[in-house]
Amino acid sequence: MKASKKTKTPASGRRGGFGGLVAAGNVRLVDLTQTLSPDFPAIVLPPEMGQCRPFRSEEISRYDDRGPGWYWNNVSFGEHTGTHFDAPIHWISGRDRPNNSVDTLPIEHFIVPANVIDCSAEAAADADFLLTVGHVKAFEKRHGRIAVGSWVLMRTDWSKRADAVAFQNLDETGQHTPGPDPDCVRFLVKERDVLGFGTETIGTDAGQAAHFKPPYPCHYYMHGAGKYGLQCLCNLDRLPATGALIVAAPLKILEGSGSPLRVFAIVPGNAPRQSSR
Amino acid sequence: MPARGYDDVVLAAPVTVPYVRYSIRSAHWFLGRAMAGLIAAAKVPKARIDGLAVASFTLSPDTAVGLTQHLGLTLRWLDDVRMGGASGIVSIRRAARAVQSGDAEIVACIAGDTNRTDSFRRNTASFSQFAQDAVYPYGSGGPNASFALLTEHYMRKHGANCEDFGKLCVAQRSNALKNPMALFKKPLTLEEYLNARLVADPLRLFDCVMPCAGAEGFLVMSRATAETLGLSFVRLLGAIERHNGFADDPIQDRGGWALDRDALYEQAGIGPRDMDFIETYDDYPVINVLQFEGLGFCGHGEGAAFIRANTFEGAGTFPLNTSGGQLSVGQAGAAGGHLGIVEAIRQLTGQTLGARVPKARYGLVSGFGMINYDRGICSGAAILATA
Amino acid sequence: MGEPAKRPKQKNPVLRTRLPTLPPAPRSRVALGLTAAAARGRLELQVCLDCGAVQYPPREVCRACLSHRLIWRPQDGRGELIAETTLRNAQELFFRERLPWRVGNVRLDAGVNVIAYVHENVGAAPCRVRVEAALDRASQAVLVAVPDQGRTLMSDDPKLREMTCDPRSRKILVTDGKSALGQAIVRALSAAGADLIWIGEAEPWKKVPGFEALRALPQAAIVPLDVTDGRSVRELAGEIGGKVDIVVNTGDYHRTFTIASRRGVETAQLEMDVNYFGLLRLAQEFAPVLQARAADGAANAIAWVNLLSIFALANYPSHGTYSASKAAALSLSQALRAELRPAGVRVINLFPGPIDDDWDQLEQPPKLSPTAVAHVVIEALKGSVEDVYPGDVAQDWLARHLENPKALERELSGNAP
Repeated sequence: MKASKKTKTPASGRRGGFGGLVAAGNVRLVDLTQTLSPDFPAIVLPPEMGQCRPFRSEEISRYDDRGPGWYWNNVSFGEHTGTHFDAPIHWISGRDRPNNSVDTLPIEHFIVPANVIDCSAEAAADADFLLTVGHVKAFEKRHGRIAVGSWVLMRTDWSKRADAVAFQNLDETGQHTPGPDPDCVRFLVKERDVLGFGTETIGTDAGQAAHFKPPYPCHYYMHGAGKYGLQCLCNLDRLPATGALIVAAPLKILEGSGSPLRVFAIVPGNAPRQSSR
Repeated sequence: MPARGYDDVVLAAPVTVPYVRYSIRSAHWFLGRAMAGLIAAAKVPKARIDGLAVASFTLSPDTAVGLTQHLGLTLRWLDDVRMGGASGIVSIRRAARAVQSGDAEIVACIAGDTNRTDSFRRNTASFSQFAQDAVYPYGSGGPNASFALLTEHYMRKHGANCEDFGKLCVAQRSNALKNPMALFKKPLTLEEYLNARLVADPLRLFDCVMPCAGAEGFLVMSRATAETLGLSFVRLLGAIERHNGFADDPIQDRGGWALDRDALYEQAGIGPRDMDFIETYDDYPVINVLQFEGLGFCGHGEGAAFIRANTFEGAGTFPLNTSGGQLSVGQAGAAGGHLGIVEAIRQLTGQTLGARVPKARYGLVSGFGMINYDRGICSGAAILATA
Repeated sequence: MGEPAKRPKQKNPVLRTRLPTLPPAPRSRVALGLTAAAARGRLELQVCLDCGAVQYPPREVCRACLSHRLIWRPQDGRGELIAETTLRNAQELFFRERLPWRVGNVRLDAGVNVIAYVHENVGAAPCRVRVEAALDRASQAVLVAVPDQGRTLMSDDPKLREMTCDPRSRKILVTDGKSALGQAIVRALSAAGADLIWIGEAEPWKKVPGFEALRALPQAAIVPLDVTDGRSVRELAGEIGGKVDIVVNTGDYHRTFTIASRRGVETAQLEMDVNYFGLLRLAQEFAPVLQARAADGAANAIAWVNLLSIFALANYPSHGTYSASKAAALSLSQALRAELRPAGVRVINLFPGPIDDDWDQLEQPPKLSPTAVAHVVIEALKGSVEDVYPGDVAQDWLARHLENPKALERELSGNAP
């Protein structure tokens, strides 16, 4: 790939290093983050429980009598609103792990390679689709063993459901969204020692996970082992099966259990444009 | 114990400040010009006036006190008389006792108001607490609404009809035609009266006075003082007042005069038949009728028959409001109750501006006013005689 | 005689919108006793405790014996119309715009005279009548003489209809049409002849029984509305605000926690965000446009209804934070009333006791069904009131609060042995 002659070189001199790679078009960046907006649905818990707040924005001023030359807002959200990161302290199984809150996580974990497993066809056919060990092994057969300390991202194209009702997919029996089954989670934790699990849906666990044994196995096992979660991702269909580097740095909240964040992928220029079977 | 008589108390110097429909001047101007007219008519220096009774609706934020300094007066006796159309009669009673007791030598009784395009509405809206709470919110009809109710009731209960009231209005207009001060210049026919537009059923246009700006005034003093000054004057033979009479009547169809008229005639030493003319407070025709009945010219409820049996022009059997009354001259606010007194003084001293009553020796003047809620609270009357 | 309101004609859009005028509003303090009773739909007059004389107009001391011991007592209003007139001229713009007016003098059997509006169903004087209290467009008490037999609807007389907020032929926003109470109110408004009912729905992914069936109502239009999101409120106001005649604020986030029984403020914040801030957001976005349309012909903006709670009057400690949020809403609704009154838009507050729903499950009967509360809302709109205390529990608490608020406070925090 030729370097673009039109790219301006900063006056300080030839741009080298990583920035140079980006400027030269040798890597591309893919935004994996949903916009934080009041319309984006928050996770639904039974009404007796405390609720996670959806994103809300209250204008402070907008070039008006409240502040003539400026525009700004006060925003509020839960730690688990929108595209967000789960830290181990979020789950009871991870409460005693060392460095388990967003402010104490090692910064090295914020840029990590990802494996993107394409379940889009299965999820389209069955909203309650569960990723199994068999699916993972089939993926590894094609794309190689999942490396230690890497992300596993479950591509379902669920993020393309722009209608919030379809995204939540609730009925009288609860939520119906795809996710990993308990065996799969245990495998990824014990046999592959991954960094964490990411999904496009509202939770890393499947919608019906309350009924699994144990309930919410992805949260239970991952966080119990000091591992992480990523939810409400999008554009996973623009990532290669392997080779993408995920930048995911949660806010440094004191004793935070997670936070909404800007998560994006750095994809090598020669990687295939879309993950596929 | 009967009230003491009025000895040698006299009235003199009838003054009218010409009426105009609207004025940019304040009430102080009209009252001040009335005062100027009084000292000119009496040919006395201003300092000689040592008593003042004032009636006005539009002097605010001033009272009689503010006016006193505004006009540069120094007084021994001061009264702010706020009784609407009864203020004139009440001023006479107060001033007369002051003169008799020596508390004052010459008392000026003046009344006047200005009128702006929104004056009537604003005065009506804040007229009284009861009106504000219990009348004005119901259509803001003002006094027209209140008197319409009284008129409707009177007509139904006592069998009066519109022609009866119209006869009075037509006669008063005839009396006004010679009066250069009257705001109404054209004759009124009964047909015009009956076909005029409705204001508040059954009241029509010519049942209602025209509010305007203006002032009236006269002086009260002893006979001796008047003779020393060389003024023509009239004698005060008797005067009464009554406030909130017949309070238990469900609706007003008799005024307070009925309670004190015998005392009035007793005090004056003459009776109704001796009256040569009557100047009533005529804000609405039905109130004229209450005065005929209350002052003993006919029985309670017999007003219609009385009207049909009499004529009311200056040369008629019962001369009424000989300069036209408020209905034809105009109502300059609080001056409405002084208008009849000033005309009576003129009539009895041969200087009427309206219709002359031949050989007039005795005149009855009546006042009424202050619809505080659903009825006129104040009433009064006085008998004047030629010198 | 008298006819129900016909559906208003469509407005010619090139004509200027008329601005609101009001009947005279000033009243002395003592006369406001009439307004306090009329706000609750009652006619009350002062009675002297020493000599028994009934007083009118309202005053400070007895007109008969000068005692100062005057108390307001309910009256049946029966009497005789002894004089009447039809005003064809008026001093105030409000009345000039609506001439003529029928006004009369009624002698009450109780022994006083009252000036009153005369309903067109009343015959010519003299005749027997019954006097009722209503709220005029300035939300001040006025007296109305109606026929003394049968039940007369204020709205049957076109002149007096403006004293009501009859939902017939109106366009109405129900801010939360999804709760059981919201659904019942939507149904009741439909049955009462509303022209169009916008049914506010937040969190469309939450399915609630009965809600989908509302789509079958001919007047229904389900609209997205989340009162915790300022943008949602603003967008809906931009879209429909110019057409809304009546806002019914049914927002109610109800949990049953004392201060100690729920750690953290998350739940209380949600109660406030819906019950108090929700009202504030709605008021900021909808009140100005209601004010502008308050005199917009026959299809004008006329009312704002708030579903508060009797717990707003006195805190119910077992629903302690909820009570506080309803009290905040009550206070704010008074500010809203102050802003809407000059335009003649009426703010009606309902203070029901426990409603027979999920969150009052553990409350002992009597409880109000959502349908019963909805019926009260319709009656309040058809009547001429602004403070409504529906049901036995609400009436009981109100009586105890008026008589001795401190005693009620003790009773609600477990005074009984």
